[in-house]
Amino acid sequence: MKQYETVIGLEVHVELSTKTKIFCGCSTEFGGAPNTHTCPVCSGMPGSLPVLNKKVVEFALKAGLAANCQINQHCRFDRKNYFYPDNPQNYQISQLYLPICHDGWVEIDTPGGSKKIRIHEMHMEEDAGKLIHDEWEDCSLVDYNRSGVPLIEIVSEPDMRNAEEVISYLEKLRCMMQYLGVSDCKLQEGSMRADVNLSVREEGSGTLGTRTEMKNLNSFKAIARAIEGERERQTELLEEGQAVIQETRRWDDNKESSYAMRSKEDAKDYRYFPDPDLPPVYISNEWIEEIRSSLPELREEKKQRYQDKLGLSPYDAGILTESRHLSELFEETARLCGNPKKAANWFMVEVLRLMKDKGTDPEEVNFTPKHVADLLKMIEKRTISPQNAKKVFQKIFEEDLEPESFIEQAGLRIVEDTGLLTEKINEILDRNPGPLEELLNGKDKVSGFFVGQIMKEMKGKADPAGVREALNKEVEKRKN
Amino acid sequence: MAEMIDDRTMENICILAKLSLTGEEKEKAKADMQKMLDYVNKLEELDTEEVEPMVHIFKEVNVFREDEVTNSDSKEAMLFNAPKEKEGQYQVPKTVG
Repeated sequence: MKQYETVIGLEVHVELSTKTKIFCGCSTEFGGAPNTHTCPVCSGMPGSLPVLNKKVVEFALKAGLAANCQINQHCRFDRKNYFYPDNPQNYQISQLYLPICHDGWVEIDTPGGSKKIRIHEMHMEEDAGKLIHDEWEDCSLVDYNRSGVPLIEIVSEPDMRNAEEVISYLEKLRCMMQYLGVSDCKLQEGSMRADVNLSVREEGSGTLGTRTEMKNLNSFKAIARAIEGERERQTELLEEGQAVIQETRRWDDNKESSYAMRSKEDAKDYRYFPDPDLPPVYISNEWIEEIRSSLPELREEKKQRYQDKLGLSPYDAGILTESRHLSELFEETARLCGNPKKAANWFMVEVLRLMKDKGTDPEEVNFTPKHVADLLKMIEKRTISPQNAKKVFQKIFEEDLEPESFIEQAGLRIVEDTGLLTEKINEILDRNPGPLEELLNGKDKVSGFFVGQIMKEMKGKADPAGVREALNKEVEKRKN
Repeated sequence: MAEMIDDRTMENICILAKLSLTGEEKEKAKADMQKMLDYVNKLEELDTEEVEPMVHIFKEVNVFREDEVTNSDSKEAMLFNAPKEKEGQYQVPKTVG
């Protein structure tokens, strides 16, 4: 039985979160009414002239430098020619000959340790419009709002061997882009898309097998399933002594299978040539250094700092840095409450629990760190019981309310009136002569029962440690 | 020897350019393109070994715009010439996305 190895390379498209499109001043906002974010440039009107958005170059440089790329200081744009209704110019402005970044790498986590995935290149290009199928009239409708939205395409070397490595690589890129603030990388909204190039070869073989390209993958799950399906398909062909045909295949996630796109759709003769409308871009050393020094602390550095400076465990540091947004909420909370470990615990348990229960995306968590810090301080000062604090936090998580006044209004503040507490304790002791007898005879286990009864009576507005103390006092009195 | 535009090349160009030409038109186009190719072949005779490829006809580099929204909704103007329109969108023959 021959052993086969899967070889995978990825082309990842990332939509940049600039305010405007790459070559015109139209808004890139997602979800506008069809064709309301269009102009002569992005709808391909004859005679219109594209002008490059400077921010796109800056974002591409950030991404390239973070992924250890070399920069092509002289770069330019090329036209990729093809006819399709979502492409109004009949060419896409992209970069073939001199892409802005090349020869980089990122490190991914795998079960066998970390692994370097090489980046072949990153280039800037424009997105296409959107085609919607109209069932009523069996036609297609074209919306050019997305036409001209800036993308970077990140092309990896064929360095991945299975679906887990691919997902790990994609998560790495997504995290990196989110930290850099260059893209939100939402797969569902299409702001991150991956095409998978896959081939199979006999293990130990030095040459690559014939590869296929799979398109239309819009979730990590779909990507994993598509890789598994294609690996099986190609292995079976090779087992039967048949050849794999180099082709583009379209993944159908509902049917969980891929099919070959017609060869005409796949006719790859793009006749690239330099775009004469766009002057070249020159990236000076100064510009590169300016961008390099503006790079934020990335996840790995942050994770290390949380361990070294805040004393968090590698596991907690890892979870808390998965999203830059969440890590910023945590850091601010930790700073304001003055106890990073307490803040970390609260995030690891309460924040993550509510996120999971409510299905909240880390990027959508939205509360004022001061509110959480105030709550943590109140727990510390025993102004509120931990049990009630959880309830208050749910309100902070949902409505970002100010905890102090809420606690007052809802009457959740721990009762400091010892007179009332003593009264309640004695009432409960009197009501339970049996357990009291046991307690007086030194059966300390029973005290738990009394603390529970008292807490219930106090509706959680007492602090358990204080209750225990007061209870012991009253019991001592009765011993005499 | 100079390259020739043969029938197969002509056929491929028609597919790529989405043109359906009559036999007569094809012959005319072949002759025209052959002339263009001959002209390029003539240029190829020059020794360009030491010449830097020209990237752009102007010396200008870095013509940028700032990332500010300057355009507003011009849907009406854009769709003015649309042969068919539906719900603010171009209507085209069924195309698989």
